[in-house]
Amino acid sequence: MEITHDTLVAFSKSWGLFYLIAFAIGVAIYTFWPSNRRRFHRAKHSILDQDDKPWR
Amino acid sequence: MIAQLTSSERQYSAVILILLLMAGIAMAALGKADALGVQGVIVLLYSGVLLAFVLSSIDKPEPSEDRQANYYDDPIKVGIVLSMVWAVFGMFMGVWVAAQLAWPNLAFDAAWSTFGRMRPAHTTGVIFGFGGNALIATSFHVVQRTSRTRLAGQLSPWFVLMGYNLFCLLAVSGYFIGITQSKEYAEAEWYADLWLVIVWVTYLVLYIRTLARRKEPHIYVANWYFMAFIVVVAMLHIVNNLAVPVSWGHAKSYTIWPGVQDAMVQWWYGHNAVAFFLTAGFLGMMYYYLPKRAGRPIFSYRLSILSFWGITFFYMWAGSHHLHYTALPHWVQNLGMTFSVMLLVPSWASAGNALLTLNGAWHKVRDDATLRFMMVAAVFYGLSTFEGSFLAIRPVNSLSHYTDWTVGHVHAGALGWVALITFGSLYTLVPALWKRERMYSAALVEVHFWLALAGTLIYVFAMWNSGIIQGLMWRTYTEDNALAYSFVDSLLAMYPYYIARAFGGLLFLLGTIVGCYNIWMTVRMAPVTAQDHADLPDRRAAPGIAPSPAE
Ligand code: HEM
Ligand code: HEM
Repeated sequence: MEITHDTLVAFSKSWGLFYLIAFAIGVAIYTFWPSNRRRFHRAKHSILDQDDKPWR
Repeated sequence: MIAQLTSSERQYSAVILILLLMAGIAMAALGKADALGVQGVIVLLYSGVLLAFVLSSIDKPEPSEDRQANYYDDPIKVGIVLSMVWAVFGMFMGVWVAAQLAWPNLAFDAAWSTFGRMRPAHTTGVIFGFGGNALIATSFHVVQRTSRTRLAGQLSPWFVLMGYNLFCLLAVSGYFIGITQSKEYAEAEWYADLWLVIVWVTYLVLYIRTLARRKEPHIYVANWYFMAFIVVVAMLHIVNNLAVPVSWGHAKSYTIWPGVQDAMVQWWYGHNAVAFFLTAGFLGMMYYYLPKRAGRPIFSYRLSILSFWGITFFYMWAGSHHLHYTALPHWVQNLGMTFSVMLLVPSWASAGNALLTLNGAWHKVRDDATLRFMMVAAVFYGLSTFEGSFLAIRPVNSLSHYTDWTVGHVHAGALGWVALITFGSLYTLVPALWKRERMYSAALVEVHFWLALAGTLIYVFAMWNSGIIQGLMWRTYTEDNALAYSFVDSLLAMYPYYIARAFGGLLFLLGTIVGCYNIWMTVRMAPVTAQDHADLPDRRAAPGIAPSPAE
């Protein structure tokens, strides 16, 4: 098959769109996954703790 | 600097510097009278000075304490100093360039001081010198604190920092002698570009290895932004700079990209340099230092994740808005336009997240100029991204393109967002790093804040006015369909605005110099003793119940 300008256009207009939508859904699932709630809560608050020495 | 390295690490660094010195000699020998020869001499001097420094302290006592028990702060300190030095240089160049536009005689009839050479010296000085060093320094700080572990290398942080500054130095010194690739924000030539690839890959590996050693289960979101900055800048830099030098002894090279593809690759690079150099990394700063300074966690952690992925994926496709009405296929222009408008959503999510974090702490914003720096930066971030999405719409762009409106948009972002968030972060970081109780003078932080804000507003308003006037003058027709104004007419109309801009820039530069003085004096202040810091119950008597004098 010869790859022409039109092939590339068709590809980016279809698969480009699908992969971005799939990706967006994936990110949304990760963000709202119930068991991630605790990790996010911890991450958000732990930067405010004392930070003058590395943990061992 | 050397004190924390073991003797074998000191020897390694000497070996690296000797290799670099030899590379400098080779460049000088191959380049001969070509500009490449001059650049070789610069490499030689740079590595020679560092080598002398390393050798002079090679027999100093080895580090005695357990290094893993402490964070590695020395490279961060040097990075901050270098960042401020570049800030003064780059902004001085900005003021000079601005003054040249008002009074062209300020080029003094020399070749090196012409507008075309000074302008890239300004942009490289501020973006890569000031911004880049600040990003490297803060990323080293944030990754260690949020991972609760020391940097995963002793020598590599120095290699990254000093290697990066060699790149900046080669770039800027090259412009003055006429070297350029003539690609905006990627002006440095092939040998400097190759060097930056080595430095940047080291940076990436160092960052990933440090994250891999983290003691926290989750990687804090600021690190995601820093990682995006490092990874994407590597990609952009390599693809845009694929070029073939005329010969090994010649500074000039030719890009491998032909015609309109070259234009597209350049602005894919250029726009993502804005997105990942001037935005993602600085958002990393914002997500760490703003909550830290305000003493409140970020408003919504989930929102920060969603906007992270939004920004990374939308920005990638927006570059073609720099090429509206060109030979670029129409659908590619539409693609860039659409993604640019969509970008407003994650951008405002970030700006809103920052401002909502401060909601309930407005009294702190009022009293603390450091926090105010970051608050105003978030506002300007929201403003410039709104403006950007608007300018990306093709008919709007037909008015704004080629005019000072673009320059106004750039500096709303660069001064209002990039520079202000950096100063806010540095004023938070410097006392913590040098273990001082606070900055030397809160009043000077206040002075800096008002100089910077006034300078930004004057600059941006002057450029909005002149840009729109320019755009309108160029498209005004007379009744018989001829252009109403000549180009020179529009140039004369710009004169007052160019003077105003140079004045605004001068205020901004003065603020930066005040900041340098304040940081310097903070470093010279006496450190807080360990006792003040120790986590002990407060033994001072509570106010009001002080023992009353015996009757
Ligand atoms: C003291 C403050 C500053 C002054 C007086 C200043 C002045 C200028 C001037 C006169 C130009 C050339 C405009 C033209 O060609 O018409 C320019 C371009 C530019 N400056 Fe600045 N600048 C300042 C600070 C900064 C900072 C802090 C940054 C980045 C962090 C920055 C980034 C840029 C960029 C990216 C351009 C190129 C814009 C374009 O091509 O559209 N500037 N600046
Ligand atoms: C949603 C975000 C943004 C969008 C959609 C956007 C869009 C645009 C557009 C349409 C242009 C004009 C292109 C032209 O006519 O040539 C432009 C120029 C520019 N913008 Fe933005 N912008 C955004 C955010 C920012 C931010 C935060 C900065 C930070 C400093 C920034 C820096 C620049 C620079 C340096 C240029 C000049 C490029 C040149 O040299 O021509 N932009 N942007």
